[in-house]
This record gives sequence, C-alpha cells and structure tokens, in this order.
Amino acid sequence: MIVLKDINKTYYTGKTSLHVLKGIDLKINQGELVSIMGSSGSGKSTLLNIIGMLDNHDSGDFCLNDEKIEHLSEKKAAFYRNKFIGFVFQSFNLISFKNAMENVALPLYYQKVPRKLRNKSAMEYLEKMGLAEWAHHLPNELSGGQKQRLAIARALISRPKVILADEPTGALDSETSIEVMKIFKEIHASGITILIVTHEREIAAETERIIRLKDGRIESIIENGQRKKWLESQHMA
Amino acid sequence: MFDIDKWQEIFNTISKNKLRTLLTGFSVAWGIFMLVVLLGSGYGLENGVKREFEGDAVNYLSINSGTTSKAFKGMKAGRQIQFKNDDYDLLKTLNKVSHSSTRTRIWQSNSVSYGPEYGTFDIFAILPDYKFVEATQIIKGRFLNQKDIDDFRKSIVIGRLVYEALFKSGEDAIGKYVKISGMMFKVVGVFNDPGSDRDLLRAYIPISTAQRVFNMGNNINTVQLNFEGVGAAESERIVEEIKEKLAKQHKFDPEDQRAVFIWNSIENYEKFMNLFAGIRLFIWIIGAGTIISGIVGVSNIMMIVVKERTKEIGIRKALGATPFSIVSLILQESVLITALAGYIGLVLGVGLLELVSDFLPSLDYFANPEINMNVALIATGLLVVSGAIAGYVPARKAASVKPVIALRDE
Repeated sequence: MIVLKDINKTYYTGKTSLHVLKGIDLKINQGELVSIMGSSGSGKSTLLNIIGMLDNHDSGDFCLNDEKIEHLSEKKAAFYRNKFIGFVFQSFNLISFKNAMENVALPLYYQKVPRKLRNKSAMEYLEKMGLAEWAHHLPNELSGGQKQRLAIARALISRPKVILADEPTGALDSETSIEVMKIFKEIHASGITILIVTHEREIAAETERIIRLKDGRIESIIENGQRKKWLESQHMA
Repeated sequence: MFDIDKWQEIFNTISKNKLRTLLTGFSVAWGIFMLVVLLGSGYGLENGVKREFEGDAVNYLSINSGTTSKAFKGMKAGRQIQFKNDDYDLLKTLNKVSHSSTRTRIWQSNSVSYGPEYGTFDIFAILPDYKFVEATQIIKGRFLNQKDIDDFRKSIVIGRLVYEALFKSGEDAIGKYVKISGMMFKVVGVFNDPGSDRDLLRAYIPISTAQRVFNMGNNINTVQLNFEGVGAAESERIVEEIKEKLAKQHKFDPEDQRAVFIWNSIENYEKFMNLFAGIRLFIWIIGAGTIISGIVGVSNIMMIVVKERTKEIGIRKALGATPFSIVSLILQESVLITALAGYIGLVLGVGLLELVSDFLPSLDYFANPEINMNVALIATGLLVVSGAIAGYVPARKAASVKPVIALRDE
C-alpha cells in the first residue's frame, strides 16, 4: 500500500539546513494500523506529511497504491489526497465559519458531488460519530473530543484508503483520547489503513506496529507480538 | 461556465464573513460614490458657467458713455459724454472688427399696444448687426435689415414674451401694426433667446427711424463691436485704443476712468474658461486620487483577506482542492463583492446627482450636475479589476504554497 525507499528530506531556513529524514525505508500494508513514535524533531510529522503529499521528499522512492509519487503537480497531488487519503490533525483544522455538516461535506465538494447528496452523506457520517444533533453548530461550539470526531468524519467521508493522523489525541484529555482511539480501531476493522503519529505510548500500544524514529532514521520497528515485551522494557528503563 | 455549486460555496463564505465583505464593499462603493458626485458637481459647474454665457456673443466689446470725473483742457469734471453716429463710424473701422452695431434705449416711451392689449417693454433702437451680439433666434418673420435702416421704416421685431402679451389670441403677428407713442410700427419678426426671460421682454426698432421719430438727433447710447480672432491680451490693447480715440473726439482725459465704460466680453469669457479649465483639472486630480485610494484600499483588504484565509486554503488543499479552484474561489468572491459594491456606489452617486438636479433651486454657475456614464463605468471596472489583481497575486501564492506550510500553526 505504502512503500518508502531511502526517503530524504532537508529543510532550508536561510543559511542553515536541517536534514530531517535521513533515508527512511518502510512498507505499510493495506489494512494495517501503524503508529509512528519519536521525540519531537525526530521527523515523524514530516514523514506523515510526505506520505500525505502535503509536502514533497527530496530523494528516494515513494509509492502509494502502486503509483509512484514523484514531481507531482499540485493538481495531481490534490486529486490523490482527495481520493486516497483522509487527514486528522492535532489542531483539528476545521473551517471555523462552516458548520459541522458543511465541514464534513467539504471533501465531497472537491469530488463534485451535488450539494444535497454530500450533505446527506455528511449527516450519515456525523451520525456514526454521534454528532448528528450538532450538525448545524460551528466548530468553536464543540468540545475537543467532538471536534476530533468531526475531523474524523470529514476524513472518512471520501472513503479513503489511508487515514493519516498527526497527533490526533495531542489536544485531548486521556478519557477522550481513549474514545478517539476506539473510533480509529473501528475504522481499522472496516479495512482502512491507518497511520498515527504520536508520542504517547498508550496510544501507540493500541496499534499493530510501532515505528520508532530517532534523528530522522528508523530506530526500531516493533511488531504486534513483541509489543508487550517492548512495553515492559520501557517500564524497566 | 456557470457552476452553481461554486456560487453556493461563495455565497456561503460571504454570508458567514459579513464584516469582511462589508468593509471591502464599503471602500469600493465609497470610492465610486465620491467619484460620481465629484465629477457630477464639476459638470454642474461647467453647465452653470456655460449657461451664464449662453445667449450672448463672447467676442464683443460694448462701449457706453459716462460722465467725466477729471477736468481736462479747461472743461470741468462732471460733463456728460454723449455718443453720436460719428463715434460709431469712427470705431467700426477698427482692425479685426467683424460686425458692429449700436444700441440705444428709447426712453421717451416704453409702452407698446396692440388693440386693447398693451404693456411696457424695453425698446431698443439698433442696427441689423446687433444680432451678432445678442444671440436672438428668429422664430417668425425676419430680423431688422439694412433696408429698414436706409428707408427709415417703422419696422419692429418683438420678443416671444412681448408677442404673448400683446397677441393674446395667438394670431400671426407678422404684418400687424403695434402702437408706440401714437406711432404705428409694423411687426416684421418674433424672436426667442436662450438666455434669460428678460431678454424676451424686448422690442427692436431701426436706429435711423428712432432718431427721426423720437427726435433724438444723431444720439446713440452704446456701440457694440464684434471681433474676429482677438484674444484677451489683444482685446485689452483695443480697449485702450478705443478710449484714446474717444478721448480725442470728446475731449476728455484718456486716463479718466468714468468718461466711458467698456464691457470686455472677450477677456471675461477667457477668464471664465481658464477658471473652468482649472476647476476641471482640479476635479480630475481629486477624482483620480479618489480612485487610486479606492484601489489601494481594495488591494489592501484583498491581501489581508487572503492572508487571513491561508489556513483555510491549507485545509481545503489537504481535502483535495486544486490551486485553480482556490484561486477562482477567492477571485470570484472578490469580483462579486467589488462589482456589486461598485454598482451600489454608482447608483447612489447618480441618484444624489439626480436629486440635486431636480430639487436644487437654480443657482448662478451651477446647473444640471450629471456624469458621463462611460467614465463612471470605467472607474467601476477599474476598481473591480484592480481588486481582482490585488486578490489574485496573494491567492495564487497561497494556492501554490505546500499545504503543510499553510497549515502550520502561527
């Protein structure tokens, strides 16, 4: 589903350059629930942004759904993002002047789905997220957990192959975080690939595979079975 | 291509960002409104000035006699100067005189009657070329001619209001006889005058006849000289020349300011035209300034709007918006707002001008303010286009930025 080979990314700010990703090799299969962990500055968000085509890589090969992603025009990138990927962000990134239903329906607007149809579809997803009665509220009238569920509904409405979540629980309390993770697991159960960037062990522990990044390189990949062992080693340290 | 979904999206955005829309719209509407009012008022001024001069020639000198105020060659001050036919003969030979005439008011009698109807009017004895001084339009019959003068005919040309006062039944006046001081004058023409109504309460008779029947000898009041190709500066010199000639003829001090009075329409008209050209230039400069400040205002707002929407643009891109759809969304919104606001400003401005023009009491030097529609439309178009360009550049930039940068928290 997602294949990365020797991905490099450097950021230039003025005269200083920052080599963020130093040769990432990674393969993520369809239907996996994977988390990317690492301290801040380890490049985990950059990796996610490259996979989501919100940013481009400098060198290396990146294939998404057997298509090589390289020198993508903005138009093409927009098309892929819309068709394959659903984003969930730490700061929700909802459009503040649109109500819940309109926010959820927006990806379908860019698929040229007629207004009535996309609003109907948005209502269905809001219902799944238990937000039906909030459909006509603006984002700032919702709680953090509700906003994130709203964002998840928006990510799901275009029926993407992959959900990319950047610190989805970063702005939520632990109770709401558990609730959100439960939703991600449900989505995963329906066969959608999910990639979660997080620095919370409890969140990562819920996934099938943990990819640990350190200083732009993959430090370790912990498979499902080894998870317990890894957790124990973490506790001992 | 009309994309109803896109317009719904635009109206949605506009209706949810009312203040932003209002500010943009107001600056455009205000710019256009001010421009229309300004240009309209300028035009009103122009109309007013033109109206003041309408009906009279603007290339003549009118020479009237006065009373001396200085003693000269043994004669006391306070002597009345009386022009004679000789004075006219002397002055009409001046250089560049195209037409010349005299005008003499009949003081002996100013009552004119026709049958039972009568009225008092201004009766002037003139030469035929007087028609080149006062822009009289003959609506019936003819003006006085040389034959009337040569044959001492008792002919009369009457103003439209004189005709309406005497010929109540509306009958044809031509060939009818009206009575002045018991003498019968034959009506040969009726005239109209685009100037004031006062000019229509006049009657003209030949000077030769008047001098004979009213026992005026060779006296005349005013000499009028039309000039061809004479500017303000030259007209000044001619005025001096005329004063010198008349001073010699009537033996008064050439420096005497009160012996003769000369109305110089050439200089006056030029003064007004220069003044007016100045005013027009001034109005255009202010108008251009208004438009430029409008453009700057709209550009500024558009740039801020795009900046403010950077994050929204990032979100839209993450959800699959193409750069084109982003740019066209912002541009269509900006063009819609500026065009609509510009139209409102135009309607309000023109409405105000119409109101003023309908209800303002008639003023000197101000009449019928109006605006050239093309100028107003071009100005509106300019604002719309500049608003679009001002929005396009940052929108284009925001749309081509990587979404990750647009989404970055401030």
